Amino acid sequence: MKRKHKRLTFVMIGLLLLGSSAALILTAFEDNIVFFYSPTELVDKKPDPAQRLRIGGLVMAGSVEKLAGAVVAFTITDTAKTVTVQYKGILPDLFREGQGVVAEGHLKGGVFQADEVLAKHDENYMPPEVAEALKQSGQWKPKETTQ
Amino acid sequence: MTAELGHFALILALFMSILQSTVPLVGAQRRHCSWIALAQPTAILQFLLVALAFGCLVHVYLISDFSVVNVVSNSHTDKPLIYKISGVWGNHEGSLLLWVLILSMFGAAVAVFGGNLPPTLKARVLAVQAMVAVGFYLFMLFTSNPFERIFPPPLNGQGLNPLLQDPGLAFHPPMLYLGYVGFSMAFSFAIAALIEGRVDAAWARWVRPWTLAAWCFLTAGIALGSWWAYYELGWGGWWFWDPVENASFMPWLAGTALLHSATVAEKRDTLKGWTVLLAIITFSLSLLGTFLVRSGVLTSVHAFATDPTRGVFILVLLIIVIGGSLALYAWRGPQLTSTGLFQPVSREGALLFNNLVMTTAAAAVLLGTLYPLLLDALGGGKVSVGAPFFNAVFIPLMIPMIVAMAIGPFLHWKRSDVTPALLRLRLAFGAALLTGLLAFIAHQDGPVLGAIALALGVWLALGAVTELASRIRLFQIPLGDALRRVTRLPRASWGMTLGHLGLAVSIIGMAGAGAWTVESIQVMKPGDRVMISGYEFTFDGAKDSTGPNYSVVAGNFTVRRNGEHVTNLAAEKRIYAVSKQPTTEAAIHTTLAGDLYAVIGDPEGANGAYVTRLYFNPLVVWMWIGTLIMVFGGAISLTDRRHRVGAPKRSRADAAVQGA
Repeated sequence: MKRKHKRLTFVMIGLLLLGSSAALILTAFEDNIVFFYSPTELVDKKPDPAQRLRIGGLVMAGSVEKLAGAVVAFTITDTAKTVTVQYKGILPDLFREGQGVVAEGHLKGGVFQADEVLAKHDENYMPPEVAEALKQSGQWKPKETTQ
Repeated sequence: MTAELGHFALILALFMSILQSTVPLVGAQRRHCSWIALAQPTAILQFLLVALAFGCLVHVYLISDFSVVNVVSNSHTDKPLIYKISGVWGNHEGSLLLWVLILSMFGAAVAVFGGNLPPTLKARVLAVQAMVAVGFYLFMLFTSNPFERIFPPPLNGQGLNPLLQDPGLAFHPPMLYLGYVGFSMAFSFAIAALIEGRVDAAWARWVRPWTLAAWCFLTAGIALGSWWAYYELGWGGWWFWDPVENASFMPWLAGTALLHSATVAEKRDTLKGWTVLLAIITFSLSLLGTFLVRSGVLTSVHAFATDPTRGVFILVLLIIVIGGSLALYAWRGPQLTSTGLFQPVSREGALLFNNLVMTTAAAAVLLGTLYPLLLDALGGGKVSVGAPFFNAVFIPLMIPMIVAMAIGPFLHWKRSDVTPALLRLRLAFGAALLTGLLAFIAHQDGPVLGAIALALGVWLALGAVTELASRIRLFQIPLGDALRRVTRLPRASWGMTLGHLGLAVSIIGMAGAGAWTVESIQVMKPGDRVMISGYEFTFDGAKDSTGPNYSVVAGNFTVRRNGEHVTNLAAEKRIYAVSKQPTTEAAIHTTLAGDLYAVIGDPEGANGAYVTRLYFNPLVVWMWIGTLIMVFGGAISLTDRRHRVGAPKRSRADAAVQGA
């Protein structure tokens, strides 16, 4: 092979890799991106049960309830609308009533079936999505994010 | 007083690094010997000053001086000693101080041990190293001073986040930083080479050990982090594709590519411009990692800072460093001509393939990590990109690379043929195929990918062993002679063999734990039994007790297999006294075949029942054994004589400077 051909070979291999990874990324994006909803958006838009979503808000005080078979139910609110969440398993250590929380799963028959619940950082911390959702509903209290 | 002394030392270090970043650079350009010579003492002094500052911060932590804000928000008098020390870097300000300490330590190491470097190159390397340091000093002194006082001092501190009070995590950040910051050496050498306009084998030989050392630390740091997540977070997982994990994984991917391309640059005098670019990219990704973690733009347990001025400052720093170095590359890069010819089927061809895949993978991870930020900034709504995306992109990229990885070491430099390599690997191929088929048959309901990954792990492991065997000509010459050849193998080639073997072992662990984990969540009363993968877990009830700064509820399990007692597990839930924050301590019984893993949740009713979560994680321990082998291989390779005596004398221009 001539030098020019060799270079062409490498360029082709490189392009092939780039092309296939771009294709991989695009298909993966289409199937695997999870959109974030606030309780208000969830109630208004009523997304398809097949669609995987993330929701976030504050856990309503006194709403945590234990159901049979290690299932926990609680209500998430952005203080405008509320959504009931059900989750099977052990809630994260930082999960508390009145605190910000993010849940991932599907909306089925008005109840959000979560397979993942995230509550992060210390008690003063608010997940940014939750802060945003609260801001939109006009219930934002900036004091809650100070460290 | 100590805090003021530390603060003062930090300011002096800033001035020292300003001196170090300018005078030697100008000196190297104008060939002023005394200006060039200034690089060495300033680098050493800068290190001593930062070390003093760091020592001061450790001291105020040890004596629990609550007039210092940093100590108040991260420490407490009744915290065990080790966590008082690890508390120093368990926060934003302290971790930055550790960052610059390591940065200046690497600089001082070049100053002290770089005796056989050409003086101009050494001066330029140290100057570039100091420029990065200047940025970080300014950042610390203006936005994140660790020595800030508070008045009146409170009686006690707020304590360290209990999740971080753990031996695994105490050493995770220093390891990770040694890796991140270690890549600054490759970066400084790359920038210095661009200024000099020359990259040669000696340059590559200097860059390799630094990159290798950084790579070892980063590998160990990532493994430590994933191990911590595995036993501390109580989800039985070990990798979540969390943005912060990605932040450390991207420099690892780029650094691995750099390690391989530096070999080509050294041995074949080609791929030089690419190696320099990779060095810039690797360190840029390290900086980006620091930015992502520290700026608080991402949701994560690691995000310390939520102050927007800090984020803006780091962003500007990032733009200057990355933009500046890439601009310099665009300007000076074309001068770096390569002499070596290139055949697609050759050792260097295989190494280039590794480079292409690794950088593509790093780019894909980068895209997935930043996409939510970009979309949000452009007003496209809130999304999250999680594990499904990364698995869907990353795994298909890795499969061809691992297939090629076993073949590559058999190829010769310059020009080679695949057929003899494939013939030698027929045994490995057969074994891999058989393993994959057996795994597929045994787990027909599980994911096919598990069987494929297991087969790839076996293929790569046997490939590495076969390569070693053919190198010592095992079974071709008398056994005694072959064994004698083992002792005479260059240590760098041991590094390669062990590195590949380690990855193979890790892949086997990932395949097992990723594909065939069995999980069971239920409410258990004392005496209840649950069967998982042939193991019978009996819940014996929960007991209360107290630890040094927390109270504990421990759920006890007895595990039996075929009626025989295997182990007792005590899964804990701890409540820390200061923050009232609970943490979950999983009980883990590790065997080579798999881990038994138990977690307890909240009590359920009055009859002593608890929510429990039980797992069997097959082969998971091999993942960490594999990373240990990789790090060990890197360390062996570092001791290779070729790295130490390495840098041969250069001729031409430098000789003139030395004489001047």
